[in-house]
Amino acid sequence: MDKRVKKAMEPFWTENFGNPNALYKEGLTARNAVETAREDVAKVLGARAKEIIFTAGGTESDNLAIFGVTYAIIGGIGKLTSLRTDEEGNPTEAKFSNSSPASQNFALPRPHIITTKFEHHAVLNTCKFLEKQGFEVTYLDVGKDGVVNPEDVKKALKSETILVSIMYANNEIGTIQPIREIAKVIRDFKKKGGIIGSAKQNFSLPRLNPIFPLFHTDACQVPGYLDLNVERLGVDLMTINGSKIYGPKGIGMLYVKNGIKLEPLLYGGEQEKKLRPGTENVPAIVGLAEALKIADQDREKESARLVKLRDYFTGRILNEIPKTVLNGHPAQRLPNNINVSILDAEGESIVLYLDEAGVACSTGSACTSESLEPSHVILAIGKPHAYAHGAMRFSLGRSTTKKDIDYVMKVLPDIIKKLRMFSPTNIKI
Amino acid sequence: MADVDKWVYSAIIKDHFMRPRGFLLGEPKEGEFDAYGEVGSLACGDIIKVWIKVDRKTEEIKDLKWQTWGCATAIASASAFAEMVMKNSGMKIEEAMNIKPKDIADYLGGLPARKFHCSILADKAFKKAVESYRNSQAGI
Repeated sequence: MDKRVKKAMEPFWTENFGNPNALYKEGLTARNAVETAREDVAKVLGARAKEIIFTAGGTESDNLAIFGVTYAIIGGIGKLTSLRTDEEGNPTEAKFSNSSPASQNFALPRPHIITTKFEHHAVLNTCKFLEKQGFEVTYLDVGKDGVVNPEDVKKALKSETILVSIMYANNEIGTIQPIREIAKVIRDFKKKGGIIGSAKQNFSLPRLNPIFPLFHTDACQVPGYLDLNVERLGVDLMTINGSKIYGPKGIGMLYVKNGIKLEPLLYGGEQEKKLRPGTENVPAIVGLAEALKIADQDREKESARLVKLRDYFTGRILNEIPKTVLNGHPAQRLPNNINVSILDAEGESIVLYLDEAGVACSTGSACTSESLEPSHVILAIGKPHAYAHGAMRFSLGRSTTKKDIDYVMKVLPDIIKKLRMFSPTNIKI
Repeated sequence: MADVDKWVYSAIIKDHFMRPRGFLLGEPKEGEFDAYGEVGSLACGDIIKVWIKVDRKTEEIKDLKWQTWGCATAIASASAFAEMVMKNSGMKIEEAMNIKPKDIADYLGGLPARKFHCSILADKAFKKAVESYRNSQAGI
């Protein structure tokens, strides 16, 4: 965490410990801090303060965006019951088994969500759950470069589509998604009444409301590197969290464009416009705002510095270590991300050997996760399992210098040589 | 402090992983071994190969070498298995066949639970090598 962030948070642990919902003056100090933070965040996003909802992190913000939109549409939490099915038994119509008057005994086409195959699990697993609940979900391919084609979004849009959720930049391979272009595709679709062709025009989902489909983006990887202006991006919902930007962990926010109705994940008090009840985490909120401000201030200078370092590092790995491939588009990626597959060596082993040499990096590969599944991101860009198992992610940060990279390149080639020495594989590149 | 060692690797595993014993460098020479066995796949992220040289009369394992592509446990368990078998100038086949994954894990001072089932493969590769050795003895 950035020292400046820690300093900004400092007074809100013991000195100004008041509950921002209280009327005594300590409470008002805390309330003032929360609302100032909200304004600061809104300013970076080019949004209004009332459009910022603080949550407990990126995962919660993603869940709030997706469940919030879908449950607001079906009128509360209720499992969809299928009425009719196609030949393979997939539901083609659905009714909602809750008590909302709008949905009772009311046959509807299945609400449809568009996302990608390489989203963060906070989005992917939420969508998979909704699929089980009866929603239809399209998982878009991301091509070999790991960049979504807006044309594919266009093709996937249909009159039942209520939400499109596509990340701003991928968390494993750093590839930047064409958010503005996708937003334009969605805007154009809405202008045409949200209906392509002549089929299926005679039903009455909330699609009558011209605000659907909504567009959500998970921008957790992006602050400090890319434009966050929600107007320019054309998004309706946007997730940001604290821990990726030298801010505190356990804090995040969701931008919710004015006028969008969400159903909360939690029920309780009236904090955060009832969308996130519970006493606000004042120090973390202050920390998130400070971290976001700092990231935004240094954005252009820091990005330019890191792009140079990134390309230098990538070039050295690919040139100096045989049988290595870069994962994801070489240029359309975050300035701080390097993801390479090192064949005939396995990710976890490389991580542990590097850790021993004092280098911290990560792998999306099998053995690091509970599931032991290899990276869904590397598989999504069409690489075989062996590439996914040897995928290494190096993240550059504010303190990373050329000297650090030269050090990694001093130890990494020998580590790979050693691991390959006792590896029985000889994967063809 | 929480006991993170239950999740991460023991000092013994780390030692076997960083300084693996008994692996085969390069391809085996003609006649260097009697048989080999291989388990795992590129898809699951671990491949291990075990070669054995057996004394035909005594059934003692004269040499055992391995190669592994995989995570730390896969590498360390292969190294530990080779050490266990070759410690007193080679176990008899029957004795080595009785080495269970749990014995390897115990030898390594315990394994993180999530690693137990997927990555102790050395004993299985060895059994395949023995099977292949028996088949060649029977002239199959």
